[in-house]
Amino acid sequence: MTVLDSKVPGGPLEKKWDQHKFDLKLVNPANKRKFSVIVVGTGLAGASAAASMAELGYNVLNFCFQDSPRRAHSIAAQGGINAAKNYPNDGDSIYRLFYDTVKGGDFRSREANVYRLAQVSNNIIDQCVAQGVPFAREYGGMLDNRSFGGAQVSRTFYARGQTGQQLLLGAYSALSRQVGEGNVKMYERREMLELAVINGKARGIVCRNLVSGDVESYTADAVVLATGGYGNVFYLSTNAMNSNVTAAWRAHKQGAFFANPCFTQIHPTCIPVSGDHQSKLTLMSESLRNDGRVWVPKKKGDIRPPDQIPESERYYYLEEKYPSFGNLVPRDVASRNGKLVCDEGLGIGGSQSVYLDFAEAINRLGEDVVRARYGNLFDMYHHITDENPYKMPMKIFPAIHYTMGGLWVDYNLMSTIPGLFVLGEANFSDHGANRLGASALMQGLADGYFVLPYTIGGYFAGTELEDVDSSHSVLKGLENESTEKTNKLLTINGKRTVDDIHRELGKLLWEECGMGRNEKGLKEAKEKIPKIREEFWQNVKVPGEAGEFNQELEKAGRVADFLEFGELMVTDALDRKESCGGHFREESQTEEGEALRDDENYAYAAAWEFQGVDKESTLHKEPLTFEHVKLTQRSYK
Amino acid sequence: MKLTLKIWRQKNAQAKGKLVTYQLDDISPDMSFLEMLDVLNQKLILEGDDPVAFDNDCREGICGMCSLYIGGRAHGHEHEVTVCQLHMRSFDDGQTVTIEPWRAKALPVIKDLVVDRGAFDRIIQAGGFVSTKTGAPQDANALPIPKQNADKAMDAAACIGCGACVAACKNASAMLFVSAKISQLALLPQGQPERDKRALSMVHQMDMEGFGNCTNEGECEAECPKAIKMTNIARLFREYYRATFTYEEQ
Repeated sequence: MTVLDSKVPGGPLEKKWDQHKFDLKLVNPANKRKFSVIVVGTGLAGASAAASMAELGYNVLNFCFQDSPRRAHSIAAQGGINAAKNYPNDGDSIYRLFYDTVKGGDFRSREANVYRLAQVSNNIIDQCVAQGVPFAREYGGMLDNRSFGGAQVSRTFYARGQTGQQLLLGAYSALSRQVGEGNVKMYERREMLELAVINGKARGIVCRNLVSGDVESYTADAVVLATGGYGNVFYLSTNAMNSNVTAAWRAHKQGAFFANPCFTQIHPTCIPVSGDHQSKLTLMSESLRNDGRVWVPKKKGDIRPPDQIPESERYYYLEEKYPSFGNLVPRDVASRNGKLVCDEGLGIGGSQSVYLDFAEAINRLGEDVVRARYGNLFDMYHHITDENPYKMPMKIFPAIHYTMGGLWVDYNLMSTIPGLFVLGEANFSDHGANRLGASALMQGLADGYFVLPYTIGGYFAGTELEDVDSSHSVLKGLENESTEKTNKLLTINGKRTVDDIHRELGKLLWEECGMGRNEKGLKEAKEKIPKIREEFWQNVKVPGEAGEFNQELEKAGRVADFLEFGELMVTDALDRKESCGGHFREESQTEEGEALRDDENYAYAAAWEFQGVDKESTLHKEPLTFEHVKLTQRSYK
Repeated sequence: MKLTLKIWRQKNAQAKGKLVTYQLDDISPDMSFLEMLDVLNQKLILEGDDPVAFDNDCREGICGMCSLYIGGRAHGHEHEVTVCQLHMRSFDDGQTVTIEPWRAKALPVIKDLVVDRGAFDRIIQAGGFVSTKTGAPQDANALPIPKQNADKAMDAAACIGCGACVAACKNASAMLFVSAKISQLALLPQGQPERDKRALSMVHQMDMEGFGNCTNEGECEAECPKAIKMTNIARLFREYYRATFTYEEQ
C-alpha cells in the first residue's frame, strides 16, 4: 500500500492557492495553441472548463452523449449555489463557508481543497452575473440570498427553482461562443468507451458515435473527465436516465484510483416508487421539511386513510427521537430514519413511504401562506401523484441523489494517471462523506472556471509530450476491444432485458449498500454481484446492430460497467467499518443508536486500484489531517 | 388501461418511415408517457423486435431532450408540460394514440422519434452569449438590475430548447426559441454592448438553417412547455429592426 501524495502546497491555509498559482509554471500565450485538451462532459464542470481553456488559447475537443451540450444533468439542479459574499451582512466569510463544508462533510474531505472552493465561490457569482445569468434580485436591484440546507447564514444565490439550468446555460453560452469561434470542436452524441494511456500519460479517448455506431479515436495532450456521478448504479435515483459511470470506470481500469465509492447521498424528500414500471425518482426540495411534519401510523400495516388515523396513533418519529431539531434534522438522519421505520413495517399501509403532513402548517399559517412558500412543489407533487397535498399529506421516501465518491485527484485535480484530470461530481475531492445543499453547483463551476485552467498549464509546462495521433497502436487496440465487446453484447441473445438486470443490481445495492449497511449484508452483496454480472453476460438480450443508432446497446454498455463498479462500492463499504456522513454502519453506533464516526482508524480517503475483474482491488490511503477544523461528533438530539 | 399506439418508425435519416400499430394492455394510469413507452420497448425486445428510439434524459421536464408529437400536439394535450411529465391517467382506456417526431426541415429525423436539433446550437453559437472571458469581472452587486427586468429576463431564459415551438408551427419557425435568448440578453445591462450584432447574427443563422417565418398565429406559445410568451417575438422584431439601422451606421 502506498501513501498517496495530495500535492497540497505548504504555507498557511489562506495563502496556499495564491502561492500555488504563482508557483505553477506558465505556458507562454503564443504556445498555448500548440496544446490540445479533450474534455468529456458538458455539465457545469465540463462546459466551464472547455470554455475557459479555449479562451486561454488551448485547442479543446469537447464530447457529450446528449444531442446538445445544454442538456447535461447539471441542468436539473433546483435549489441554488453557495458563495461567501456576505451580502446579507449576517456573518458569513470564506472561513465560515470552508468550516461548514468540512464539518458538513463529516471530516472526510481535504481541508486545503475545501478552503480553495470557498475562496473561489465569490468569483463564480461575479462570473455568472457577467454572463447574464438572471439570478433572483431584490427591488433595489441587488442580488437576493436565501438560507438553504440548514445553513445558519443566507449564502445561497438562486434563479427561481431552476438555478442549475441557468448556471448551465451560462456556461453553455460561453462554450457556444468558443465553438462559434472555432476554438472548441464540439462532438455531440458521442459516448466515451475507453481512455488511452500512452507512455504512462492520458493522451486520448475511444468513443462510439451514437448516431452512426462508428468507433472513433481522438488524441490530445491531456484528457479531462467531467462526467458526473454514479447514482444510477442503484437503477432508481434522481439522476437523468442516461447518467452513468462508464467514462470514470474505464479510466479506473486504466489505472486511475477510485476514491470513496461507498459515499453516496440520499435525499429524504422524494416521491415514492409507485410500481415496477418506475424509471426514475423525482426530488422535491427539502425546504418542505420547514413546515411539514413527518409521521407514520403506529400500527403495522394500517390501511386507514391518514385523516382517519387519530393523533394518538401517529408516530412522529423525527420529533420524538430528535426533540431539538425535529423534522429539520440533516438529510442523512431524516433519510435513515425513514427507511428504518419502513423496514420495521410501519411504512404507509406497509409500503416504503412515510407521510409529510402540512395540516398543522395550513391551520397555523393558512393555505395562502403555504401556497406562497411551496406552491410550485405542491403542484409538482399533485401532477405526478394525482393527490392534492393541501388536502392529503404527501407521501415521501428517500432516494439516491448525489455521489460524493469519485476518481481520486490531487490538489491540481489530476488523477493517478498523469494528464488525466477529473472535475465536478466525477471526482471525490471536496464534499467528504456528505455534501451540503447548494454546494454541488459551486464545486462544478469552481473546478472548471477557476482551478483547472491554472493547474493544467502547470502540467503542460512541466511535461514532455511526444506526438501522438489516432493511428497509435494503443488506440487501435482499444478500438478493437470496444468493437469486440459490442459484438459480444449483441450476440448473447438471452432472455432478460438490460433494464431487468440493472433493476436487480440496483435493488441489491439499495438494500445492502445504501444509507444503512452491516458486514453480513455487504458480504452477501459481494457474493451476489459477480453472479448478476455472470447472468448479464450469459442471458442479456440486446437487440439491433452495432452500426446504427441503438439505445439498448448504449444502456447495455453502461450497465456492464455498473456491474463491475457496484462490487467496488461494496468492497469500499466493507472496509469502512465506521458510520460517517451520508451512511450508517450498523456496527458503529452510539448507545443511543446514532452514527459513530471512528477518526482513529478511518480518517482517510480510500483510493482503490483496479487489479482485474473478479480480482480484489488494492486499497491506498490518503490520510486526512485537520489543522483548522476541530473534529467533533455531530449531535441533533 | 388498454391502448392502441400508432408510432412513426424510420430506420435512419435516409430510410422512408411509416406509422406502425402496437397494442398495449396493463398500462397503469400512474405511469408517465415515457414509462409507457419503456413498457412497450421491453415487450418489443423480448419478442425480438427493434425497440422504438426516442430521446429522453432527466424525466423532470428541464433538460429539453424529450420531443414527441402526440395526437397532433407537441408534448401531448396537456398545458405547459413536457412529454416526460405527461401521465397516462390523462388518456382514456382503449384510446388510440399517434406518436410522431418533430416535423421540420431544419430538424431532420435521425431514427424513429429522434431528431437532430443541432440547428439550435448553431443559432446560439452565432450570438446567444455575452462575450465575457472567465476571469475577474466586477463584483456581482456592482451591476444593479431592476427586479422587474431580472424577472422578465428569467421568464425568457426558462426556455429548455426542446423545439416544440418549431414542431407546433405550420411554418416550422424557430422565432420563439430565438426570441427567448435575444430577449433575455436585451433586457439585461450585460447584453447591451453586443445587442445589435446579436440580433442580426442569430436571425441570419436561423434563416440559414431553413426555419420558416412567423405569421403571428401563436401555436408556439400555446404548446411551449415553459410558457415562453410571444411578446418575446415582438421584442425580437424590434431588436432586429433597430439593429438593421444602427449596426450599419457603425
